Amino acid sequence: MVDERPLSARLILVTMVLAMVLLVSVLLGLTFGSSDQGGGELLRAFMGTGKTHSLASVIVWRIRLPRVILAATVGATLSLGGLVFQALLRNPLAEPYILGISGGSAVGAITGMLLGFSPFPGMALSAFGGSMLILFLVVGLVAGQTTLGRDSLLLGGVMMNAFCGAIIMSLISITQTSEVHQILFWLMGDLSMCSTERLPVLIAVLPCFTIIFTLARPMNLLLAGRESAAALGVNVRLVSMLLLAVTTFMVSLVVCQSGLIGFVGLIVPHVLRLLLGSDHRLLTPACILGGGAYLILCDLLARTLPTTGEMPVGIVTALVGAPLFILLLWRARR
Amino acid sequence: MTSWVVTARGLSLSYNGRPPVLCDLDLRVASGEFFMIIGPNGSGKTSLLRLLAGLIAPEAGQVEILAKPLTSWPRRHLAQRLAVVPQQLPQDFPFTVAETVLMGRAPHLGLLDVEGESDRELARAAMHFTDVTRLADRRLDQLSEGERQRVVIARALCQEPEILMLDEPTSSLDPAHQIQIMDLLSRLRAERGVTVIMVSHDLNLAALYGDRLLLIDRGRTVLCGSPAEVLTAERLSVCYGCTILVDTHGLGGLPRVTPLPASYGGHVVPAEEPSGRRGS
Repeated sequence: MVDERPLSARLILVTMVLAMVLLVSVLLGLTFGSSDQGGGELLRAFMGTGKTHSLASVIVWRIRLPRVILAATVGATLSLGGLVFQALLRNPLAEPYILGISGGSAVGAITGMLLGFSPFPGMALSAFGGSMLILFLVVGLVAGQTTLGRDSLLLGGVMMNAFCGAIIMSLISITQTSEVHQILFWLMGDLSMCSTERLPVLIAVLPCFTIIFTLARPMNLLLAGRESAAALGVNVRLVSMLLLAVTTFMVSLVVCQSGLIGFVGLIVPHVLRLLLGSDHRLLTPACILGGGAYLILCDLLARTLPTTGEMPVGIVTALVGAPLFILLLWRARR
Repeated sequence: MTSWVVTARGLSLSYNGRPPVLCDLDLRVASGEFFMIIGPNGSGKTSLLRLLAGLIAPEAGQVEILAKPLTSWPRRHLAQRLAVVPQQLPQDFPFTVAETVLMGRAPHLGLLDVEGESDRELARAAMHFTDVTRLADRRLDQLSEGERQRVVIARALCQEPEILMLDEPTSSLDPAHQIQIMDLLSRLRAERGVTVIMVSHDLNLAALYGDRLLLIDRGRTVLCGSPAEVLTAERLSVCYGCTILVDTHGLGGLPRVTPLPASYGGHVVPAEEPSGRRGS
């Protein structure tokens, strides 16, 4: 299956189709939920044709829209993060959550929370520090090998996750305030705690997306190995460092807002790669749009499946993602 | 006056305190020359090529490419002038042959540029040159070793380099494709003035195609000169540790190298295999 059309044409097509998918997801996310307002009325409120101060308008504008925006941003960031790690480590199973990067960010964020840091920039910075630390530990563990070993990388990530989990539990056990409940929900990956005022912080992921998109071709070349990429003119050290720093930064930024949501960075890039091939110039925008849509839909399930209340979206993504991870691992071993 | 496109002085290299892989090695390659590096397994041929291409840094010594120290070349500018065909090819590279060859244009494009029609035309010509056109839509992991080798050479051609460095490009090819690739390299040199630097195990190909040969053993230069100067029975027998017969071809008096089997009186003195050395 080879597409003969030039890249720019394919890029426009892919972007348009996935933007439609994202738009439909957004509308679905706005329309359905635990409130018993009719979907039509909510949609009218969204389009601005309903009464401006009706209950429907409040639900759509004040409650659901911020949440949908949050879900889209988190989904896009985690998917793109997965894509970058998979290219850099040449390992299809790499993902911020599995590598322990999210866990490190959680340790940093919770520490910040308990120390009474403001959500931004205090907590974001402590989360970034935590995830950078884990990143160096995990990558350092397998550094020096010419190809980063799949197993040692995964084992390193698992151990980092276990270690971060232990630190988080110990932090919880010495905490006696009401923050415990908040931390617990946050560990499960929860989009319901984010306040509207904190949303503008997420704009900081946009320059990160841009940087990653401009490095899409070097990422293609890196798949052939570091020396091959260097021979084709890639400044391997600079590109890898930039990608790692930018990705870790944006992942820790969203982890601060959403908690630990796993496997998004695994499933979205993988499905898109099956559909579109391996060119990162297509996969980067596709992961942003598709990842956003995916997490909106997962969040919709998390809000509507339980008969009372809602469950954290991290549970939905893990229920979908973990079996897929096992399948990929099994296929890689064959 | 000869213009030297690649100059190396006093190159030394060792991996993690093991015995040195290369030791105080000098070489100069002239513009448009077909320069071949030969030597037994573990003599440091591959390491030397990687040093010359700037893929690893030497412990001591300096490499100059086109009269400019390697260290002062920005990677992308270097890749516009110098292409490398590595010995080890990616096994699991998830792109088609056409996409892989087109990647040779990468150093000529800005970060956000997209390959245009002229780039595609160059890629098509390169694929035609190396006889991989019919494989264009296949993925790299579906090819044989020899086919992958030709694809990587096509990618290097697509880079339009002035200097082409290759590490045993013919080692997994059948005779027809060996000759095809070697003829292609000499045509590149004749028609476009490309300088070719090639590591080879095949002493007869070296005799047939090389302008000058550099024979190295245990990281040191044994001799650098024309095939007739370098390929002598005595020198090769000592270097490779087996009985080697060198006689003259019917073809223009070029040396012909034959390692002698025991049944013809040959014997092997295996050099102590240097443990843990990488590559050859």
